Amino acid sequence: MTTSTQLLDRPERPPLADHHRSLGGRAAAALATPGGAVYVLVLLLLVATIAANPNFGDPGVVIRFLGRTAPIAIAAIGQYYVIVSGEFDLSMGAVVAAQVVMAGNLIGQDDSRILPVMVLMLAVGVLIGVLNGLGTTLLGVPSFIVTLGMMLALGGLVDHLTGGAATGNPADAFREIGRGGIQDVPVVDVIPYPLLILVVLGALASWSMRRPFGRSLVAAGDNADAARVSGSSLWWLKTRAFVISSLSATVAGILLVGYAGVHPSVGQGYEFTAITAVVLGGVLLGGGRGWVLSAAAGAVALELLFVLLTALGVESTWRATVQGLIIIAAVAVAGRAWQRGRRPRRTSPSSRHLTHHQPTPGTTTGDN
Amino acid sequence: MSTLLRRGTPLTSTGIVLVLLALSLVVGFVLTAVEGRNFLSSGNISALLTGISILGFIAIGQTLVILVGSLDLSVPYVVSLVSVLAAGTMAGQDGNVLPAVLLALAVAAVIGLVNGAIVAYLGVHGFIATLGTGLVVSGYLATNYQGSHGSAPRSFRLVGATQVGPVPLSTLILLGCAVLVVLMLRRTRVGHHLYAVGGNREVARLSGIRTSVPVLVAHTLSSVLAALAGLLLLARLSVGSPTIGSQGDYDLMSIAAVVLGGTLLAGGKGNVVGTLAGVAIFSVLDNVMGVMGVSAFLQDVVRGLVIVVAVAVYARREIDRRPARFERPTGLDAALQEAK
Repeated sequence: MTTSTQLLDRPERPPLADHHRSLGGRAAAALATPGGAVYVLVLLLLVATIAANPNFGDPGVVIRFLGRTAPIAIAAIGQYYVIVSGEFDLSMGAVVAAQVVMAGNLIGQDDSRILPVMVLMLAVGVLIGVLNGLGTTLLGVPSFIVTLGMMLALGGLVDHLTGGAATGNPADAFREIGRGGIQDVPVVDVIPYPLLILVVLGALASWSMRRPFGRSLVAAGDNADAARVSGSSLWWLKTRAFVISSLSATVAGILLVGYAGVHPSVGQGYEFTAITAVVLGGVLLGGGRGWVLSAAAGAVALELLFVLLTALGVESTWRATVQGLIIIAAVAVAGRAWQRGRRPRRTSPSSRHLTHHQPTPGTTTGDN
Repeated sequence: MSTLLRRGTPLTSTGIVLVLLALSLVVGFVLTAVEGRNFLSSGNISALLTGISILGFIAIGQTLVILVGSLDLSVPYVVSLVSVLAAGTMAGQDGNVLPAVLLALAVAAVIGLVNGAIVAYLGVHGFIATLGTGLVVSGYLATNYQGSHGSAPRSFRLVGATQVGPVPLSTLILLGCAVLVVLMLRRTRVGHHLYAVGGNREVARLSGIRTSVPVLVAHTLSSVLAALAGLLLLARLSVGSPTIGSQGDYDLMSIAAVVLGGTLLAGGKGNVVGTLAGVAIFSVLDNVMGVMGVSAFLQDVVRGLVIVVAVAVYARREIDRRPARFERPTGLDAALQEAK
């Protein structure tokens, strides 16, 4: 996967094995993979939720729900880049907290400061991502440890500066980004800005994963050695993935200021929720398999699950238990399905028997 | 240092950890002396050792799990669950101590077995499997226990309070467990298989090892050791608390201690001695910063930096320590060859 893979984007490339089928056949095959199955899961959960709580059938309610889900979906998109390249980003929650506190204290009630501070926040996000990335790639420290260190250091710094209490209150115009929306839209009444941002970022993410960057990133996650010897610059690829991850945490932070206000505990546990969402979206932990929009769909599925549990009158304290059972089940099923679903034409009965017992190397590498 | 790192006397990861520990002890001694206190007073030594024991139990278990190529994120919830279950069963009665301890260990062993089975038979990554079981347990805890629960009788509280000289009884129990685990790793079949499976599961399987056994053993022991930590916390606090584990961040801190101790996060390489040294380094750091009056929040910053820097040092050594036949001759080596 060198830069010459731009050729791959051209429609007249040599057909791959699973492109012999029609569009419908391919879509059906895609739905059978974990990355596609999450959309079915979202639909099923939506139907179940509407059945349990008919109010949820109202388009306006669904749109507002999607607006509320946007921050975690954006974080999941960012975490996807890191996970698909075979790494982890545990610093996400601390980044969200740091950005929220920065926004609260630097913007104040001064509307004219909104833009400069947002630029500063994005710059801080890039810096954190670069530090995470270089620590992982150049220092050779497992990303789990680098980002854990970043989480402790950044979280400690934020708590130290704020004393662990809520401080600052940004201008209403800034909070409007997370809270507001385009009013008076027919049918759905309001389109929340977070949803618009999610759609734009989702489209960008989907595009980037079709670019040489995205293809090489997946290749690096599947087999780092193979990617390296075929000419990829691993440190630059992975550093960019970490930058995207902390930038997405920054955007999530900006949106969360509108909903949750300014407190250093905003974003607590965000990294694990984002990883859960990504994994629920069928992305393989360890890298090399999975689609970016499925990660966002995984976040929607997770939040829908919570809405459904509330609608069914389940005590909110049981949420964690259900979440735990669901992710174990999802990953157990996905791990097997990725080995089958991707290459339907190559699996004759005898070789299918083999693949059960011999997972592809990419699924067993546990470098981090 | 330069003589230590000279060619021909390679320092193992454990060696580096012990050097780091010695270094942190010296720095601790100096900084504490600057504050006008005695680092080696028996009170301070006992405080240091007390700081080691809780995380020590959990980190020994975490070492086993990491060695076999998995992770255990469920430990904080096992700690909390054991603390409320045992406290509830004891209910302040001396006679209930033994049943309570046995119940706690049995429940923890079952959780560990479930973790191991999910990893070994369902093929789920240890990160997700134990995150999942941890969430399941945390949901149970949040639903059934709101505040502190039960109480430990005086006889049980003595376990946390007794000291032999400056050494707390809990530290002796910890060392006992560590010796047993070291013996298991070095002298038993399952210990060797643990390293083999952690190094490369496929190769281990192809060479005839039943790969599920070490995974099950490691996860079960990890949960049981976490249960010991939970019981020790109960002995110290005398009441069970459903949030005691997650407050301590024992999952991530134990992983950090294990990696700080020179064990490879990917598995297959490392040992318990290094882990204990890693835990001790954390304890010294906390102790010194406590004496110097550093805020709890800044302590986290220092911890984070220490973890990353220390592991970066090992990462360099790991590259140098590869067997010679896999190494491409560097420019310097080539020049030396020419000179001969």
